[in-house]
Amino acid sequence: MQTIKETLTGPIIKNNPIALQILGICSALAVTSSMRVTLVMCIALTLVTAFSSMFISAIRNHIPSSIRIIVQMVIIASLVIVVDQFLRAYAFNISKQLSVFVGLIITNCIVMGRAEAYAMSNPPVASFVDGIGNGLGYSAMLIAVALVREPLGAGKLLGFEVLPLVTDGGWYVPNGLLLLPPSAFFIVGGFIWALRSVRKEQAEKAEFKLARHTAVGEGA
Amino acid sequence: MEALLSLFVRSIFIENMALSFFLGMCTFLALSKKIEAALSLGIAVTVVMAITVPANNLIYHYLLADGALAWAGFPELNLSFLGLLSYIGVIAAIVQILEMFLDKFIPSLYNALGVFLPLITVNCAILGGVLFMVEREYHFAQSVVFGVGSGLGWALAIVALAGIREKLKYSDVPEGLQGLGITFISAGLMALGFMSFGGIDI
Repeated sequence: MQTIKETLTGPIIKNNPIALQILGICSALAVTSSMRVTLVMCIALTLVTAFSSMFISAIRNHIPSSIRIIVQMVIIASLVIVVDQFLRAYAFNISKQLSVFVGLIITNCIVMGRAEAYAMSNPPVASFVDGIGNGLGYSAMLIAVALVREPLGAGKLLGFEVLPLVTDGGWYVPNGLLLLPPSAFFIVGGFIWALRSVRKEQAEKAEFKLARHTAVGEGA
Repeated sequence: MEALLSLFVRSIFIENMALSFFLGMCTFLALSKKIEAALSLGIAVTVVMAITVPANNLIYHYLLADGALAWAGFPELNLSFLGLLSYIGVIAAIVQILEMFLDKFIPSLYNALGVFLPLITVNCAILGGVLFMVEREYHFAQSVVFGVGSGLGWALAIVALAGIREKLKYSDVPEGLQGLGITFISAGLMALGFMSFGGIDI
């Protein structure tokens, strides 16, 4: 039995949903060009994961296993509708910027993945904490990516000027690439590389290994 | 007609689901190790998208949109908040029906697609396609073209990535970058390549 603290903090670095479990990558890349949008997305996803895990875990003994996917989907979709309506009412601009990505929380693999892997076999409180933990792991990765993309791409962070732009009389020439989609792939790839170099046990085994290079005339 | 053709080209290349909106990434990265598997998954996604996007278009226009229920005598009703729930329901149902249909009538295709069919329900590219269709207010003909086009675009991207990954086994990737890391970076390079389609307009 894991302690609550392990369940909560484990997914942040040790078992990060994006870097290690390959879950929830879709939205991780698309919304990170601006910090404000990223934060809203993180909060929304963390809450949906936590509550859906809790509700699914509460009724886990009553769900027939043949229709469990549909039951999980309905619970998750209802929670996402609540989040979506809330954002439309109180933060309309951000909801416009997030466009379809709020709705896509439904098919975000983190939510389904945790429901299937953890909530179906653990009590509600532990599932709730597990949901929060995985949401935080996802948030940590997203915020890290946004921290690179927004200042270097637009010179601003949450609307404050970090690097004064040349166009406003400063010295920094913004790198437009970082606001475009492909940069997110490179940044996440780089983070995964860094994480796996520090924590060697996370690295994947190579399927094929090149033979060691031998100088001409030395081997043969 | 020209507008539809333009939409078709745009949905395949310029607004590629996988490489410019990052939709369907989980399956995109997880199942792109072999070209054959990637090809069957790509076909399955294209078929499901070509059916679900128009189907949800009809549901949105005749049941959910503001005033859509006027034909049933409820012109005041706006059910669009039920959208998300009904779209995912329709997708899950259509995938299930398709699975049973293929199992009964085209067993060879059913065996080829195998485990991938159920996975498609939770593929964000499908739900993403539906949500884009609603947000951009496509009419029926546009939704058919958009569904087929974005499905093909996604299939093209995953087959191309699988091709790259099959060649990757001949390269000496640094430790730690093995597997997921190098896949991300190759997908990023592909996305850069696809951005060069950006200016095309028919």
